[in-house]
Amino acid sequence: MTSGLWELVLKGVWVTVQLLVLSALLGAAVAFAAGIARTHRLWIVRFLAGVYTEVFRGTSALVMIFWVFFVLPLAFGWQLVPLWAGTLALGLTYGAYGAEIVRGALLAVDPAQQEGGIALGFTPAQRLRKILLPQAVPEMIPPFSNLLVELLKGTALVSVMGMGDLAFSGNLVRLALQESAEIYTYVLLIYFVIAFLLTRGMRALERKLKAGVGKEPVKEKAVVAADPAGAPVAGGVR
Amino acid sequence: MNWDWNAVSDFMPHFWDGLLVTLEALALGSLISFALGLVWALLMRVPTRWVRWPVGAVTEFVRNTPLLVQLFFLFYVLPEWGVTMSALTTGVVAIGVHYSTYTMQVYRAGIEAVPVGQWEAATALSLSVRRTWTAVILPQAVRRVVPALGNYVIAMLKDTPLLMVITVLEMLGQARLYSQQTFRFTEPLTVIGVAFILVSVLASLLLRTLERRLVR
Repeated sequence: MTSGLWELVLKGVWVTVQLLVLSALLGAAVAFAAGIARTHRLWIVRFLAGVYTEVFRGTSALVMIFWVFFVLPLAFGWQLVPLWAGTLALGLTYGAYGAEIVRGALLAVDPAQQEGGIALGFTPAQRLRKILLPQAVPEMIPPFSNLLVELLKGTALVSVMGMGDLAFSGNLVRLALQESAEIYTYVLLIYFVIAFLLTRGMRALERKLKAGVGKEPVKEKAVVAADPAGAPVAGGVR
Repeated sequence: MNWDWNAVSDFMPHFWDGLLVTLEALALGSLISFALGLVWALLMRVPTRWVRWPVGAVTEFVRNTPLLVQLFFLFYVLPEWGVTMSALTTGVVAIGVHYSTYTMQVYRAGIEAVPVGQWEAATALSLSVRRTWTAVILPQAVRRVVPALGNYVIAMLKDTPLLMVITVLEMLGQARLYSQQTFRFTEPLTVIGVAFILVSVLASLLLRTLERRLVR
């Protein structure tokens, strides 16, 4: 491979990383908003958040990307820049999976903590901010770490729409070289390295957050278990 | 917003064709992933690390890289190596292998959840290794993991649209073809979006029934 082609691959890596960071931020924001809304005391708020998660978890990420790229401009006249369209589709889809993680972690906090907050006269917002979230967030990190790797794999989907991410530049190099084994091996390795760095980073974050509430990080890697809530998500998200 | 019901009814015959291909890919992909995942899980319990280490490394690699690129790899590289398969076969193999690295963890959890007493009883009855696995451990382990495996069937369903990129005409492929011919994007894409939600909701209801039957 020539240096020009490597430059193309590096540009692809940059687009992938941008897309990953932006959609992770949007996804996290949406996940917390919808996850917290699903534990709200008004049924209508819970219901709306539930509809959002079911719809976005129920459909395929690629179909969602097609929808944002093709239907949104035609039906509503919103023509988005590809990067933002990709961010929107991926952020909303993976945010719905994240919402289930947030909800699960909030419900897993010992009810006595909640009652203690009520007894001390904390407002609901204070209870959430000062009691529930500091204890729930460290527990969310391992499943979020899995979800982040899924999101990284999901970013490859935008290449179908012609966005110049890593998978797309891989295709361009294949066309240029008329040879596919080498470039696709490199592309797969690059994705693997990014995923590896992400899991390492999340593990460090977990250690830090758990030290803040006086807990040990879990030694064993999160194991996929039967989830009665039926979260149909790849990556062993619990 | 302009919605044309005629376009919907025009698209429906293509939709049923696509649904059939999607379900076919899903069924075959599930079978491969269930079988291969069990093989990986059993290989990870072989005493020598010369087996465990390579299997662990390969499956970790497959699990952490995008299915899309793996599809491209199989579709473009295998013919260079002299292996030719139809697009649908390639897609089914890719989905099956990709998800086998997930089901492998499910089986592992199931096997680890079998109480130690069962192993000890098998030893006490001097069952052979083969009998211990086939008659004692696996029947209990597999029963436990059916719901978790079902979750992966739903996840696989949502990854079948990827087969479109290697020219398989499943639901999304049909929708794209129809859109390119008629320049109507809204109806076909919305129809298949709703279809995915319906199928996955139906599947999870089915799963919950199965779960009640099996896990008691």
